[in-house]
Amino acid sequence: MKKIDARGLSCPEPVLLLRRALQKGEDEYVILVDNGAAKENCLRFGEYQGYKVEIEAGGDDFCLHLKKKA
Amino acid sequence: MMKKTELSSFSACAGCAAKMGATALREILAGLKKQSDPRLLVGFDHSDDAAAYELCGEEVLVATTDFFPPPVADPYLYGQIAAANALSDIYAMGGEPRLALNILAVPESLSKETVRAIVAGGAERVQAAGALLAGGHTVFAETPLYGLAVWGCVKKENLWTNGGARPGDALILTKALGSGIITVAAQGELVEPDVLKKVYGRMARLNKTARDVLQNHGVHACTDITGFGLLGHTLELARAGGCSVLLDAAAIPFQAEALDFARMGFIPAGAYRNRDFAASHVEAADIDRALKDICYDPQTGGGLCCALPEKEAEACLKELHLHPETAEAALIGRVVDRREKYIYLKQKNFS
Repeated sequence: MKKIDARGLSCPEPVLLLRRALQKGEDEYVILVDNGAAKENCLRFGEYQGYKVEIEAGGDDFCLHLKKKA
Repeated sequence: MMKKTELSSFSACAGCAAKMGATALREILAGLKKQSDPRLLVGFDHSDDAAAYELCGEEVLVATTDFFPPPVADPYLYGQIAAANALSDIYAMGGEPRLALNILAVPESLSKETVRAIVAGGAERVQAAGALLAGGHTVFAETPLYGLAVWGCVKKENLWTNGGARPGDALILTKALGSGIITVAAQGELVEPDVLKKVYGRMARLNKTARDVLQNHGVHACTDITGFGLLGHTLELARAGGCSVLLDAAAIPFQAEALDFARMGFIPAGAYRNRDFAASHVEAADIDRALKDICYDPQTGGGLCCALPEKEAEACLKELHLHPETAEAALIGRVVDRREKYIYLKQKNFS
């Protein structure tokens, strides 16, 4: 599972990081973001690319788990 | 793709997307003492596009200011977009811009050529509006900011505010949506040059022709669609008019590519701020998420959105479509008596 830390970045940087990582085509990813817009945008990008996305909130951060849909 | 310039590094989530959210703004302004004067027709408590002050005779002075960080890397285009956006507040009140002053903040490191290009772009739009650029103020700051303070005039009987929409009115929007989303996607270098050219051209286009045409059709209320997005500004229109609005999702004009970029998550943070303040007043249950995102997308230099008598709508649209500047204008909805929600965004069974 690939981990991406996008905390401290504002849009569109987190989505661009995720896009680059997803090009490797792995089945599972975890991305950490620290603002609501990045959370929403990474959720959209993950779903657009055919991943199931689960979001876990912790303090000011959000952790998005992406799993490739079968 | 977008050419890199000195401004490239400043253009993250800029333009009208940099506007403070409506909720935060409301909290700040709530502390200010409301002044009343019979000559002040529209003040800050109206959440309108510009202030309106009655002069002698039937003449009304309309005043506004608007500025933001660069939404584009090209300095001349930045100047044009910022100026068109500021001038638009005068058009949204039905006014004619007369006098403008530059508001400029630039990092010391920025070259004189770049700063000159920003100001030249702004001056070009002010002249195109038939107004005079008469001065301004410039300071050093970490982030570039450019815009105008503008004064315009309008006869009192022709003054438009965002209040005044009546049940039975039709709603017309004069420019397509999507500029915020396309601008964010452009930072990822994902937008085709011809699409960018079209979107930037729309952002820099004056709302003068739109105002000219709308003036012939008995407008009841008008606003321009900028930082709060279509739904945010329509909410203000509905609230100020004490009515509700039915929006026909299939009729709302937007840049086609914005739909896919919205699905990919290239959405400005401002769109989520707009959603947070407006969503509880909006019923949009059966609408595709990406289309809703477009309706919350903060616009830079968006079009005019007006309420006018339904019997005028067809003739008004016909006239708007005669001009290339307003060829994409559309009838997007209608005003009804106040219901539970202020806005109903519907795909089918539009009633």
